[in-house]
Amino acid sequence: MAETRKFVCIACPRGCPLEVDAEPDGKGGFAALAVRGNACRRGEDYGRAEIVDPRRSLTSTLRTEGAAERRLPVRTTGGVPLGRLVEAARALDGLVARPPLKCGDVIVNNLLGLGVDLVATDDLSAAAAADQGRKPAWNN
Amino acid sequence: MIPRERRDVVVLGGGPAGLAAALAASESGSDVLVVEREERLGGILKQCVHDGFGLVRFGEQLAGPEYARRYIDLVEGRRVAVSLETFVHSVRREAPAAARRAAAADGDPGFFVLTCVNRDRGVFELEARALVLATGCRERTDRQVFIHGDRPAGVLTAGLAQHLVNIEGLLPGRRAVILGSGDIGLIMARRLTLEGMEVEGVYELKSEPSGLSRNLRQCLEDFGIPLHLSTTVVEVHGKRRVEAVTVAAVDQRGQVLPGTERRVACDTLVLSVGLIPENEIAESLGLSLDPATKGPRVDQAGESQAEGVFVCGNALHVNDLADYVSESGEAAGRAAAAFAARNGAPAARGRLVPVKAGPGFLYAVPQFVDRGRPGKAVLYFRSNATLREGARFAARAIGPDGAPAATLLEKRYAALRPPEMERVEIDVALVPVDAAAVSLELERKEGLRG
Ligand SMILES: Cc1cc2nc3c(=O)[nH]c(=O)nc-3n(C[C@H](O)[C@H](O)[C@H](O)COP(=O)(O)OP(=O)(O)OC[C@H]3O[C@@H](n4cnc5c(N)ncnc54)[C@H](O)[C@@H]3O)c2cc1C
Ligand code: SF4
Repeated sequence: MAETRKFVCIACPRGCPLEVDAEPDGKGGFAALAVRGNACRRGEDYGRAEIVDPRRSLTSTLRTEGAAERRLPVRTTGGVPLGRLVEAARALDGLVARPPLKCGDVIVNNLLGLGVDLVATDDLSAAAAADQGRKPAWNN
Repeated sequence: MIPRERRDVVVLGGGPAGLAAALAASESGSDVLVVEREERLGGILKQCVHDGFGLVRFGEQLAGPEYARRYIDLVEGRRVAVSLETFVHSVRREAPAAARRAAAADGDPGFFVLTCVNRDRGVFELEARALVLATGCRERTDRQVFIHGDRPAGVLTAGLAQHLVNIEGLLPGRRAVILGSGDIGLIMARRLTLEGMEVEGVYELKSEPSGLSRNLRQCLEDFGIPLHLSTTVVEVHGKRRVEAVTVAAVDQRGQVLPGTERRVACDTLVLSVGLIPENEIAESLGLSLDPATKGPRVDQAGESQAEGVFVCGNALHVNDLADYVSESGEAAGRAAAAFAARNGAPAARGRLVPVKAGPGFLYAVPQFVDRGRPGKAVLYFRSNATLREGARFAARAIGPDGAPAATLLEKRYAALRPPEMERVEIDVALVPVDAAAVSLELERKEGLRG
């Protein structure tokens, strides 16, 4: 039996209200039949993907060593399956970023075998000698 | 004698607005200096590590620092001067010095002199023909929110929580309650959850959420975090550290409904109750503020009623998209460069036609259209209520007799919500020279779709 799911498109800040007809695909999942309410093509793609295999990009920060900053912001290059987002976030806990790094540099290839890379979203430069110890050393 | 440095344009603030302004002014041939009080450029974007920035500008979903980095690289590439960790003590206007007065044109508005201090140079002065205020916004704090009880550790604003987690790498606690459904609070609900904190729920006094729909979905629904509308925190418990809060339902007027109080155990209360433009310096220059935006009144290039003072970004009104912040910075930077290049020659400013936003608007920016600036003028507005069934927007020039003289723009919206800022363009040439006002109208469509 097809059912209609209503949710907001998150592919851009406009946030169009979508209606997607979904049908069981016979393999325990769902197939998307039609998408309505989208103002653009990306919304259609998003609406379908949300039924078949919802994914979200993961953004976070990593601990640094020997750097001018205590944290390095990072993101995945594509979507992580929604159900594995927390697991992917935990996988970053033990990582340490060391300078120099450029915005866009790959930190982890194929994170957890999910087919996406983890990249730096800012530059990371080495701590200036004079700056060492100027900032309090926070734990973690 | 306090050492003095001369520039064409000084930009206050090195966030996305200030960077875009500096870049545009430099590209227009100005000698620019950016003054930033923090130790790095990028403004608040440094701590906004989530993505969703840059869709309008770059067609990509960038993280905040990544978006800022694009502009920092451009600014550094042009060798625009930057003065970091620099505090502006005061700003004043100074008439052209006696030595230069002979050469100065009549009506020369003079210079701005900024008294600044930093570690390397001590106290110094900056002199500039034009000033761009790009100082961003600040968060409302719990002092502006009425809650009973003590102020134990564990009560913090969403922006501070964001700074602690994303810049310092510290978690504020184990179990959080979030008061207010502003975007930063929603973003932090997700961020704290992903970092291993439990977010018990988000409580919103109003009957409608104040953040973007997409953030309700991807920050709350994705993680099963409940949103309680028409509910607020009435009391904070705990002596040294937050132990719990009492929440209660409220009526339409925001009055607590007796008997609905409920105690929620938590060690952290995050306040996400709104942002207001930072305009200490604007006020010290005597700029008049718009009570609706809480920022200075400006024309379409961001020039305030004080000649030579330009305002952009969140210092002007609180934006939800960094892309529009950059756009307003560019307009201000270009115009500031043009102003400085006149070097005191009599104002080329045209007549300022007031923009009057009618009922249905929360606010509209700019507050004036300068007839003397040809080309397109970008207007931003927010509706003051959710119009689910759609609305018709119109911009009309009003003649000296008070009657509509020209229609500048008509547009239909499928839906309007106060958290979502809208952007439209009008052609300034269509505004008659003798126009008394530009009037903005919003007509809601009842029961109609599309
Ligand atoms: C805590 C917080 C979190 C936010 N999170 C988001 C978000 O997640 N997503 C989003 O789209 N928008 C967010 N915003 C809105 C965001 O501020 C804008 O999108 C954008 O960054 C505004 O750019 P701006 O350049 O106007 O201001 P800012 O980025 O705030 O930059 C202003 C700069 O001016 C400097 N400054 C201020 N006063 C002075 C002075 N007197 N002298 C020298 N320098 C000065 C400040 O240090 C700062 O670097 C957030 C705002 C705040 C306050
Ligand atoms: S459908 Fe297109 S315009 Fe609408 S929210 Fe999605 S991406 Fe944005």
